Amino acid sequence: MNIVDTLKKLLGESGFAGFFQNGGWQNAVMIVIACVLLYLGIKKKFEPLLLVGIAFGCLLVNVSYFLNLTEADALYHPELWNNFLDEGSEFYHDYGHILAHGGFLDILYIGVKAGIYPSLIFMGVGAMTDFGPLIARPSSLILGAAAQLGVFLAFFGANLIGFTGNQAASIGIIGGADGPTAIYLTTKLAPELLGAIAIAAYSYMALIPMIQPPIMKLLTTKKEREVVMTQARPVSKTEKIIFPIVVTIFCVLLLPSTAPLIGCLMLGNLWRECGVTERLSDTAQNALMNIITIFLGISVGATMAGSQFLRLQTLYIIVLGLTAFCFSTVGGLLVGKLMYKLTGGKINPLIGSAGVSAVPMAARVAQIEGQKANPKNFLLMHAMGPNVAGVIGSAIAAGFLLKVFGG
Amino acid sequence: MQIMMDVAASGTKLPFGNNVLTAVLGYGVVFLGLMMLMGIVYVMGTIFKAKTNRLEPLKVAKLPTVGSQSPQKLKEPQGEPAPGTAGEVKLYGVPDKEAAMIMAIVASQMGKPLNELRFKSIKEVKEDEV
Repeated sequence: MNIVDTLKKLLGESGFAGFFQNGGWQNAVMIVIACVLLYLGIKKKFEPLLLVGIAFGCLLVNVSYFLNLTEADALYHPELWNNFLDEGSEFYHDYGHILAHGGFLDILYIGVKAGIYPSLIFMGVGAMTDFGPLIARPSSLILGAAAQLGVFLAFFGANLIGFTGNQAASIGIIGGADGPTAIYLTTKLAPELLGAIAIAAYSYMALIPMIQPPIMKLLTTKKEREVVMTQARPVSKTEKIIFPIVVTIFCVLLLPSTAPLIGCLMLGNLWRECGVTERLSDTAQNALMNIITIFLGISVGATMAGSQFLRLQTLYIIVLGLTAFCFSTVGGLLVGKLMYKLTGGKINPLIGSAGVSAVPMAARVAQIEGQKANPKNFLLMHAMGPNVAGVIGSAIAAGFLLKVFGG
Repeated sequence: MQIMMDVAASGTKLPFGNNVLTAVLGYGVVFLGLMMLMGIVYVMGTIFKAKTNRLEPLKVAKLPTVGSQSPQKLKEPQGEPAPGTAGEVKLYGVPDKEAAMIMAIVASQMGKPLNELRFKSIKEVKEDEV
């Protein structure tokens, strides 16, 4: 083999040649999208901890995987996962085949596919969450339930425009404003949509300060927004310890499919509250959370190969996701208004908007809007109740959808 | 409008009736579940509030009343401190402000509220004593 042939071979098999092959333009577009996402994560600080990893995973897969080139060097192989999901394939649900033939990102993705990463993230979330405001005012749970309206409206809409039941359920859960839950459910029901749904979920969570305030102003009067709520009762340590145990028993008995999410969330919280496992609580909310965030981000980004992502349905997912978010906010606010009426004006309806479970962003938005209406208003702790109730609500919604569509 | 899209092998498009039913049922299940949980948390809260209320009069009864002791005695409390108070802290060469700061730091480091800790004394250790 002479030098010219060698150079030709090298060039022909390089990624640069891949751009000029059939479908290579998709990779180029995805590289641009990855760079835009990196910009949004780094410069605009849109959920940077996850978005930077997702964007870089997207970048890696689109510079290493081209449809018509040799796939041996690719970091992620969509066709391996297609075989994994194909009931007719000899490699159906064969993790061994993935381990033997997969690239770096394929192996990391096993943790997503098996539902490990989202559950472990929930463990960290539980270790970081104080359920005190919810225990002090249990009616917050109603607001957390109301704010799941968008989940089921988006599910309904997605079905109407032609998505399958499984896909519609995965799109709807974006309205829960809970990234790990959205990833968990999508991986189980419609893994082909994972990249688009994860991007939509995390982008909208980052955009909550822009999405929610106009809806809050539209649906509430200034008088309602000005309401100063009375301080909730103090919650004892024992109550905080019993709460995660009770929630686990009740929710898992009600919907066994919620066990991985609710179980991990409440275990993390029990570590936090019981007072004898500080080391574990600290690990769950810091080291473990950070490690899993790295794995989750990069492997979710890997599912955004151009050939999989650049479809019309991605656009529909983005629109439906936004609709889901808006209607979840509407649901929380409307029930908040109802509670305002029923309590004779003691509940500020703005806290209903925090029922979407983006913790603590949604509660902060309620605080800011409340303070704009009345500078003496401090709604943050009151809004944290519905906010953490939303986490439980979205996990129950996911459990229901998983039960119906997961077989 | 029907979009051209890949249909998951395991999934099919839901008929309209089933679609409505699933959405309504799903929202209902979430509501029902969280309302039941609300009931449980209310019951839990009521039990704990009742327990706290039962213990409160006992604590109040044990507290010393101002009128029953002379001003001199109040300055130097005798015996065990009353339940719910931190007792008295003796300061040796430490100003009040610094003592307050030290106690706050210790509480923060231990991760416990200040009112759950009891400081007996704070003494300044001079370099030549070390």
